[in-house]
Parts: sequence; C-alpha cells; structure tokens
Amino acid sequence: MNWQWFHRLSSPKWFYQISERWLPWVMGVSLVLMAAGIYQGLFNSVPDYQQGESVRIMYLHVPTAFASMMFYMVMAIAAAIGYIWRIKLAHMAAISAAPVGAAMTFLALFTGAFWGKPMWGTWWVWDARLTSELILLFLYLGFISLHQAFEDREVGDRAAGVLAMVGVVNIPIIHFSVEWWNTLHQGATISKFEKPSLDPSMLIALLLMIFAVILFCSAIMMYRMRNEVLSRENNKSWVKEVVLGKQIGKMK
Amino acid sequence: MKPLRKRRLMFVLSIVIGVGAAVALGLFAMKQNINLFYSPQEIVQGNAPKNTLIRLGGLVVAGSVKRAPDSLKVMFDLTDNAENITVSYEGILPDLFREGQGIVTMGELKDDGNFVASEVLAKHDENYMSPEVAEAIKKAEAEAKARKPKTYN
Repeated sequence: MNWQWFHRLSSPKWFYQISERWLPWVMGVSLVLMAAGIYQGLFNSVPDYQQGESVRIMYLHVPTAFASMMFYMVMAIAAAIGYIWRIKLAHMAAISAAPVGAAMTFLALFTGAFWGKPMWGTWWVWDARLTSELILLFLYLGFISLHQAFEDREVGDRAAGVLAMVGVVNIPIIHFSVEWWNTLHQGATISKFEKPSLDPSMLIALLLMIFAVILFCSAIMMYRMRNEVLSRENNKSWVKEVVLGKQIGKMK
Repeated sequence: MKPLRKRRLMFVLSIVIGVGAAVALGLFAMKQNINLFYSPQEIVQGNAPKNTLIRLGGLVVAGSVKRAPDSLKVMFDLTDNAENITVSYEGILPDLFREGQGIVTMGELKDDGNFVASEVLAKHDENYMSPEVAEAIKKAEAEAKARKPKTYN
C-alpha cells in the first residue's frame, strides 16, 4: 500500500499551509452559527415549564460539556497516534487541544454551578456526574503540567501522551454516570437514540450552539497548532521564510 | 506494520484496557458509595445507617406536603413508588420543589423511621418543554382520566 498521502498529512509544513486557508472559514462559520444560536437561545425559544428562563443556561452548558469530552478524545487519539507512529504533528495537535478542552470543562462546571444554585438549591454536589467532570478538568491540567515538566519536549510529548490515553477511561464514566448511579444531575436528553424530549425551538438553539462551540474550539486549536509548528520547526528554512517574510511585510 | 510500531500499539492498547478494567472493578466494588442517595425502599429494608448524615431521594407524594402556618417547618412524604418515607424539614425550599417532583434531601434517619432533613435539593428530569405544552399534557391526562372509569385499585 502506498502511504505517501499519510506522510504528507503528517507534515507540519503542509498543515501550516492548509490551515492558513481553512482557518478563516472555520472561524467565520463558527461565529455565524454562534450568533444565530445566541439569538435563537435568548430570544426565539420558549422558557421551560418548570425552570422558566433559567433553562437558557443550557445553551452554553451543554455545548461546552460536549466539547470538553470531545476534545479530550481528540487529544488522547492524537497522543496515541503520535506515540505509536512517532508523528510530531500529532503530538502538536494533542498539546494544542489540551488548553481548549480544559477551558470548555471549566465553563461546563461554571455554568452548571450557576444553573444548580437556583434550580437544585446548591452550587455543587458530589454526585457521580459532577465529580467525574471535575476529574476531567484535573486530567487536562495534569496533561499540561506533565508536558511542561520535561526539559526535552519529545519526552514530555510521550509521557503526557500516556497520561492522556489512561484518562480516556473517564470519558464513558462521565457519559454514563447518570445511568449507572443515582445522581442529582438529570439524564441525557438528546444523545439517546429516541426522539429528544425537549421543545423543537430549544433543540434548534442547542444544536446551533453545539456546532458553533465545536467549530470555535477547532479554530482555536488550529491557531495554537500553527504556533506550535512555528516554535518547534524554528530551525527549518521554510519557517524562517514564513517568519522573516511576515516581518518584511510589516516593515514595508 | 513494523514490529516496533506494533509493540507500541500493543503497549497503548494494554494500558488503556488494563486501566479500564481496574477502574471498572474499583467502581463496581464502590457502587453503593458512589450513589448520591438512598431510595425509600432501601431505607425500609434497613440498608441505610440510622442517626448519621445520609441522603434520601424520591418523588414528593402529591397531597402530602404540610406547611406550618407560623414557621418554615414543612413535612412531606417521599416515594419511589414502592415505599414511602416521611420527611420533616425547616428552611427555604428550592424553586423546583413541588408535589410529584423528584428531590434529594440530606439529613438523619431517626429511630422511629422518620427522616429529619437539613438540606433539600430539587432534581430535574431530562424533559424540557414550554409552559403551554406542559399545560396541554396535564389537561389531556385529566381528560383521559375522566373518560376512563377507574379500573385499577
């Protein structure tokens, strides 16, 4: 089999060039979707029969919680590819995904606490869903610190990568925690395979925001990866050309 | 696949599967401790410790809420559709507290089988709808009930 395409895919230079073209689109579509989602969520969807207007916190809480788990998987899979095939770009993807995922985890916990206080009557409770999501935040922070603890960046890549792969067990625990144990947190509404049990106007807002947040996170991750590429490949001639070319452009 | 890569792949798979199995066994062993609350049935069966701080969860039985006229004291029954437990509480109830609502209370189970709560949390279910839809469902249920003669009980 010809693996040429695979090797081209893993070339930092190729990524740097292709991402330059893709980035405005990803960011642009994300911002358009986000504007539509915020409008739909705040002005065009119905209040809940029990929660009233507080239900609108969901349009930020659910997308960030979803992204927090999705970007952990992105990070862990990238780390595994980098570990097994020794692909530098994959490690760069993993380290670029981590702060994005950590920020989303923090936002999910933060918005959840703000919803919990008026609805449940408490900011925080040590139930299985909330605790496992907090562990996810610690996994992200652990990954970032472990990566930075090594003088040699490639050793750090592999050590932190193993942590990321081990932490994957937490993802199904977060997802199924509301089914396996008694929790204060409610069960899943839209990820089950039946018809979603929420109002159509709410579903539209929620889906818009989920796609917007995923694209937004992807765009931020791409920005970070481009920085990572430039910083790690700084002895390559094409990087010098890119950086010096931009400086000359600025001077003109 | 080259042998070196295969070895690394095996290493990755074995740690993921190994850690997964260890965590699964650990969680299975701690199953009862991870549950946030006891159900009324578990309390009636004597599985919950007495006179120590525990959580009890269930649905508020319709028509069981009794409020004191001159204080914040309130008494209500919690059910899991198998057993009922009477709960007494003094304090402000959360917005979502109402009859038929799932709630979680923290407090002590007394020797007489009553539960004295020091904290009441409302549990929300996974259904979200507009007030109009909720009203329509309620109305339809009431009509269906009125049409059908009671065959159960």
